[in-house]
Amino acid sequence: METPRPFSLLCELTYRCPLQCPYCSNPIDFARHAGELETAEWRRVLTEAAALGVVQAHFSGGEPLLRADVADIIRHARDLGLYTNLSTGGTLLTEEMAGRLRDAGLDSLQVSIQDAEEEMSDSMAGGAPSFRKKIAAARLVREIGFSLTLNVVLQRRNIDRIEAIIAMAEELGADRLELANTQFNGWALRNRGGLLPGKGQVEKAAVAASRAQERLKGRMDILYVLPDYFQQYPKACLHGWGRVFMTVAADGAVLPCQTAREIKGLQFENVRERGLEAIWFESEAFRKFRGTDWLPEPCQSCPRKGIDFGGCRCQAFLLTGDATATDPACSLAPAHGLIEEALAGGGDDKLIYRTVRESLRLS
Amino acid sequence: MAEISDTARPTLAGKARLKWDAVREKHLLLFPEGVLVLNSTAHDVLALCDGRRTVREIIGVLAAEYSSDAIAGDVREILGKLRQKTFVTLDE
Repeated sequence: METPRPFSLLCELTYRCPLQCPYCSNPIDFARHAGELETAEWRRVLTEAAALGVVQAHFSGGEPLLRADVADIIRHARDLGLYTNLSTGGTLLTEEMAGRLRDAGLDSLQVSIQDAEEEMSDSMAGGAPSFRKKIAAARLVREIGFSLTLNVVLQRRNIDRIEAIIAMAEELGADRLELANTQFNGWALRNRGGLLPGKGQVEKAAVAASRAQERLKGRMDILYVLPDYFQQYPKACLHGWGRVFMTVAADGAVLPCQTAREIKGLQFENVRERGLEAIWFESEAFRKFRGTDWLPEPCQSCPRKGIDFGGCRCQAFLLTGDATATDPACSLAPAHGLIEEALAGGGDDKLIYRTVRESLRLS
Repeated sequence: MAEISDTARPTLAGKARLKWDAVREKHLLLFPEGVLVLNSTAHDVLALCDGRRTVREIIGVLAAEYSSDAIAGDVREILGKLRQKTFVTLDE
């Protein structure tokens, strides 16, 4: 089969961030990847990406607004005809910055909020109080005429307030709400005891989400990312490895997925050393899990292999030590017992926040 | 949701954008964190969703272009799906 070309590029402009969320999708060892790409390098990456077939550039971090050149980079992406999307924690979104982003042609803006309650949101985000700034940022996004997506990660401490979170999104005029159950890779896996909800919590939340989806149809698009620990089958991670999606990390490493750095032993090439097209088609990291030929049993003879591609590679590696294993989230996986054990385990109050100090200590 | 009336004026939402993909040679609809590869009818309908033309006028333009009146059902179905995804708004 012909290798497909990517539609979407995630640009993690920096690993720096004023927030310290304990489920951050940056790698645990983020503090060890110094040397951010410079403006001209990001421009080149985007130019190469457009030629490769990318039509959508998503800018995140860390906190992308910490980069003084973020609007220039977005303008370049727009000049190339790419759809541009920026994901921010919101605390640094000033009126001046919002205006610059609009003038650069930014298509869509996403603001993360940790909870509908100020105190809980601030305690989950860590660092300096952030909730009020986030609310102000969300309002500013609407005032300046952007469409607003609100991103909320669901976990045991906020999932019972899902209705309040939806009401908050309505009040803020979001036209898209992403309710993403925590993915237990990287930081979130370290903090699983403190973040994993109970079965009853998850069931109630699913009902509330689907009611809201029905009620708000045509007004607010609610994306509910299922909690894979509670599903029968795993997620179709990335819609297939090396198939539609690629990430360029802050230091130029090219990753099939932003958490792929958690898979030890996988070598990632860097845009400073090689072109994006060659990396996409030829690098070991992209070829290793592309398609379905590499899949083990029970995936290989499973009728769902073209649907979920064996699930998440990072999760398989982090839980079993083997990145080629069936994702343990699948009820048919030989290692599914690991998920059942985690679900049977009690909660835990301690959270390790995503700070430079913890990153260095843990890696 | 309400039926799609002939006098409604569909507009492509600000967050969504049509693009001709020169690499794949396909029409695309781009939106936050997603891409739809459009068939030619869906593209032709969306290209006419300018907030000025009514549904009836869009059907008229395409019926003439395709020399077929059977297009009306397709147009309504496409608009209904895209409205549900909030990619198109319908103003009376």
